[in-house]
Amino acid sequence: MNFDLRLPLGLIFSLFGGIIAVDGALSDPPAYAMSLGINVNLGWGLVMLAFGVAMLGLALRARRKGSCPKSLIPKIKDLGHDPLP
Amino acid sequence: MSAIHMRGIDYAILVIYFLFVLGIGWALKRRMKGSADFLLSGRSIPSWITGLAFLSANLGAQEVIGMAACGAQYGIATSHFYWIGAIPAMVFLGIFMMPFYYGSKARSVPEYLRMRFDEKTRRFNALSFAVMTVFSSGISLYALAKLLDVLLGWNFNASIAVSAAIVLAYIFLGGLTSAIYNEVLQFFMIVFGFAPLAWLGLRDAGGWTGLKARLSEVAVSQHFAPGTWTQSWRHMGDAGSNPMGVAWFGLAMGLGFVLSFGYWCTDFLVVQRAMAANSMAAARRTPLIAAFPKMLFPFLVILPGMAAIALVHAGRLPPLVDADGARNYNMVIPVMLGHYLPSGLLGLGFTALMASFMSGMAGNVTAFNTVWTYDIYQGTLAPGKSDAHYFLVGRLATVFGVLLSVAAAYVASRFNNIMNLLQLVFAFVNAPLFATFLLGMFWRRTNGNGGFTGLVAGTAAAALHHGLTLPLGEVPGLKGGWLGAVLRVYPSEMAQNFWTAIVAWSTCFVITVIVSLATAPDKTDAELSGLVYSLTPRPPAEGEAWYKRPVVLGVAVLAATLALNLIFA
Repeated sequence: MNFDLRLPLGLIFSLFGGIIAVDGALSDPPAYAMSLGINVNLGWGLVMLAFGVAMLGLALRARRKGSCPKSLIPKIKDLGHDPLP
Repeated sequence: MSAIHMRGIDYAILVIYFLFVLGIGWALKRRMKGSADFLLSGRSIPSWITGLAFLSANLGAQEVIGMAACGAQYGIATSHFYWIGAIPAMVFLGIFMMPFYYGSKARSVPEYLRMRFDEKTRRFNALSFAVMTVFSSGISLYALAKLLDVLLGWNFNASIAVSAAIVLAYIFLGGLTSAIYNEVLQFFMIVFGFAPLAWLGLRDAGGWTGLKARLSEVAVSQHFAPGTWTQSWRHMGDAGSNPMGVAWFGLAMGLGFVLSFGYWCTDFLVVQRAMAANSMAAARRTPLIAAFPKMLFPFLVILPGMAAIALVHAGRLPPLVDADGARNYNMVIPVMLGHYLPSGLLGLGFTALMASFMSGMAGNVTAFNTVWTYDIYQGTLAPGKSDAHYFLVGRLATVFGVLLSVAAAYVASRFNNIMNLLQLVFAFVNAPLFATFLLGMFWRRTNGNGGFTGLVAGTAAAALHHGLTLPLGEVPGLKGGWLGAVLRVYPSEMAQNFWTAIVAWSTCFVITVIVSLATAPDKTDAELSGLVYSLTPRPPAEGEAWYKRPVVLGVAVLAATLALNLIFA
């Protein structure tokens, strides 16, 4: 399956995390009276952003890994090795 | 009633989410080349995805809202629905049953029943399952539209139309794969959307220590022992000493064995996710991978309910009441969303809630179109057509399934009792099913006549038990006692349900054994190979890392669950 779900997951949570963290950074403290005085948007937004970026990183790494050795597969196979599952 | 107030940023999150949902369907569109791609995901999905989808397909919003409500009403004893009522069955499915489902190449649970038993057993299961999925999907849709109406004042009809159209679009485009991918997305939405709520609720209640102190006041105010809301096992000795009104035996046998194994091991809606995995090993890992987050879900969905009732009792949260002022525990999540989450996180939490309603619906629709296409249409109505034909029928069944769900949503809004009645009937059909599977998979002598008769007898026994018993304080009718005589009064509706399931299962088990022994075997050992445990070669120890092996994962899951049960006993 060459559709990597980590890509949309990474994108959407980077986006959500980014939007909510920026909103948290720009808004005034009174807005957080309801959340017990804690700027939850900033904190939780950054957590989501980190998750999104990590997912994107994994997806991109897998994509680089997957695309590079493909051209070599026939040659490696000719040599009697089969490094790919 | 605390309606919530969404701002621009909240709507932006909602819109972005649904654009992604539709985008996933669109991206998968060109991969759909035949009925197997559309209805079975071409058996091509890695286990971490099927595992999270397995969990999510069950994690409809009714569960999120309902479990939080139970957390408020019953306290930590609600965790039995997870630690007794789900995990052991998920481990059993992964280790013992998945080899037969996946290895038999059956495309659905009813199809396995045809291979193992006969056509009539399959038809019975396929038809009841198809009707059940349509109504479950309709109930999800109805509940979503009602919630949007109550919380945001959105038009009921427009909410139903838009939600149904979104679900239809992403399944029609990308089939089961699209539903599964969106379930994984929804899983993360639920986690990110509700974790802040659980954390803020717990913090407001004064941490775990503060929460325990507050909940002991709640328990005492309802005439229970102080620890009833925070200790899951200690008050199960007697049905009168806990608010669930159940005792340990009914709980362990009814919920922990019959209902739990019946649902997790035989319901095609969840089993379908594992069957879409890309290898036998991945299929077996699917429920085991799902079990790890499942084990921790009580902290995400039950804890907010416990915190809410403690804070309501202390006057720090508005009361959990309907628009008409009646007490309604289902208001826990909506009240907490509105009370604790500022704009931004509010949009996220609300979107997560909406997403879970829709994926609950999508799960039912994808199970319906497969059973309709393969078991009812191809199996009975029109066998022997081309795959292109069945691919088209699968797509049309998706449209048809969504339209039926919309109709069911309106039925639910008009005739609440009809829906309750149908759910009752489905409970009767499902309760004995696990006995049929257990005997079918582990006793080769079970035959088609035994399986079918046992199933019908078990269903009848469930109806009979329900018709002759009543929960305390109820009048004869939908709640039981409709056969004219009441032989037993249960302390609660839950206790009655558990015992209905136990009676149904035992009857099915005994009748299946008797009829199988009384009639001739109908299949040779060769025909049963791959379908029955003793006649199937063990799956080879997959040449995989030790931590990926099903038995290792299963033991780890059970050990962790046991630890949780002991910690919160």
